Amino acid sequence: MKRIYLDNAATTKVDPRVLNLMKKFFTDKYGNPNSLHSFGIEAREAIEISREKIANLINANSNEIIFTSGGTESNNLAIKGIAFANKSKGKHIIVSSIEHHCVLETVHWLEKNGFKISFLDVDKYGVVNIEKLKSLIRRDTILVSIMHANNEIGTIEPIKEIGEICKDYNILFHTDAVQSFGKIEIDVKKYNIDLLSASSHKIHGPKGVGCLYIKEGTKIEPILHGGGQEFGIRSGTENVPGIVGFGKAAEICKKEMKNEKRRIEKMRDKLINNILNIENTRLNGHPKIRLPNNVNCSFEFIEGEALIGILNEFGIAASTGSACSSRSLKPSHVLLAIGLSPEIAHGSLRLTLGRFNTEKEIDYVIKKIPEAVEKLRNLSPYKKRW
Amino acid sequence: MNIAEQYSKLVMKHFKKPHNYGEIKNADGIGTVGNPVCGDVLKLYIKISKNKKGKEIIKDIKFQTFGCIAAIATSSVITDIVKGKTIEDALKIKKEEIIKKLGGLPPIKVHCSVLAVDGLYEAIYDYYKKSKKEIPFFLEKAHKEILERNKKER
Repeated sequence: MKRIYLDNAATTKVDPRVLNLMKKFFTDKYGNPNSLHSFGIEAREAIEISREKIANLINANSNEIIFTSGGTESNNLAIKGIAFANKSKGKHIIVSSIEHHCVLETVHWLEKNGFKISFLDVDKYGVVNIEKLKSLIRRDTILVSIMHANNEIGTIEPIKEIGEICKDYNILFHTDAVQSFGKIEIDVKKYNIDLLSASSHKIHGPKGVGCLYIKEGTKIEPILHGGGQEFGIRSGTENVPGIVGFGKAAEICKKEMKNEKRRIEKMRDKLINNILNIENTRLNGHPKIRLPNNVNCSFEFIEGEALIGILNEFGIAASTGSACSSRSLKPSHVLLAIGLSPEIAHGSLRLTLGRFNTEKEIDYVIKKIPEAVEKLRNLSPYKKRW
Repeated sequence: MNIAEQYSKLVMKHFKKPHNYGEIKNADGIGTVGNPVCGDVLKLYIKISKNKKGKEIIKDIKFQTFGCIAAIATSSVITDIVKGKTIEDALKIKKEEIIKKLGGLPPIKVHCSVLAVDGLYEAIYDYYKKSKKEIPFFLEKAHKEILERNKKER
């Protein structure tokens, strides 16, 4: 059976152009970039070229890019690193209530270690409450961390406005851009961003590599100590093939972003319009200000894991914010934060597009989704109302 | 959770082609258990008649489920197990039997098998109540416990 991958927010297929470039760094140019001989030198050069490509994509300088093992590490480094470097100034941090778990768990850990955390709420579309941000800022606030775009519902946050407020109050601003990096325009200078997290495997690069942009002059404490690699901020031998692949993936994004965004948005809108034709269905996230590749809908009277199960039988790979698909047995904190009742949150479906999806695939999916929903609604005790 | 790794072949078989689903219009007893807030609701319909020995049997049974793959599979399998059984025998069913018939359930889905047993108990309780029969003490006790479980997260 032909399989259709619509879970690109989870991870993506490596672009063949990326893989091709990476290969020789496993078998031929396998040197340690910290070595002084020719093997080391060619590896070092490759890393620096990648650093430049990534910096280019977000209008940063290349010495502001620190390679890490991925989005989770970047977010941990940004938040813990800034917290510990600034604890004499203050111990208060503000994050949104819809951050990724790796941000939320990090601040919960900091809370246990004497830091104070405030959570900024969001409206029904998942947009953070900008007015309230100002009221949460205190004399001892050292950091605001708000994601650029949400991984579940795709809503894009007003980071330019947040950056301005942070600059105005002289507070550091970190944004988790794992879902937006390479998909929509980011300019760290224009948006007053001090720290930004990105990941390679969400943009058709390899897994196990990411980066943290740290604005020049920003004091940060490392969380990994060792040989002093990555300007002393992230020790550990560099993942050279990964970094090379990440750089190539970023380069392709920069070159193709405009056309790709248009093409993917068109497929997204086709999916949304067709799904909303099904009765008792709603779109989650902002109707306009959302990632070009994100569709998140709730179907009343059915449960998401079962829906994923049927779609999987049709060869369609998707995801859900239902409790039943997680180990915690609680529905997604993001869907609850935008005001969905738990029973509606249970019936959510996330479809996320990528570079390799085709119009033909989308036509198949829009035929199969109503079929899957109907099959489950036939089993459900709820028909027209709860 | 990864569907293929977590669920047995039998679970997926019941999920894909559930047995005895739907509604019995003039049911003799209906059991509704679970809570939509927790993501699992089972409605079991039973039709009662007598066998040759004059004992009451579950002549027909159908289910409706709002829930995950495991909830649908456990609903389907309990209808298979008790259909045609005397009420007396049906009330002997344990969650372990359901789990065994499904070739196992992931630990965090065991509660779905409890839901199925609860649904059956409630359907029989409802039948006794509607037909004004004396409700055995153990069934009355189980009914109270089920109502408590329905309020909580399963």
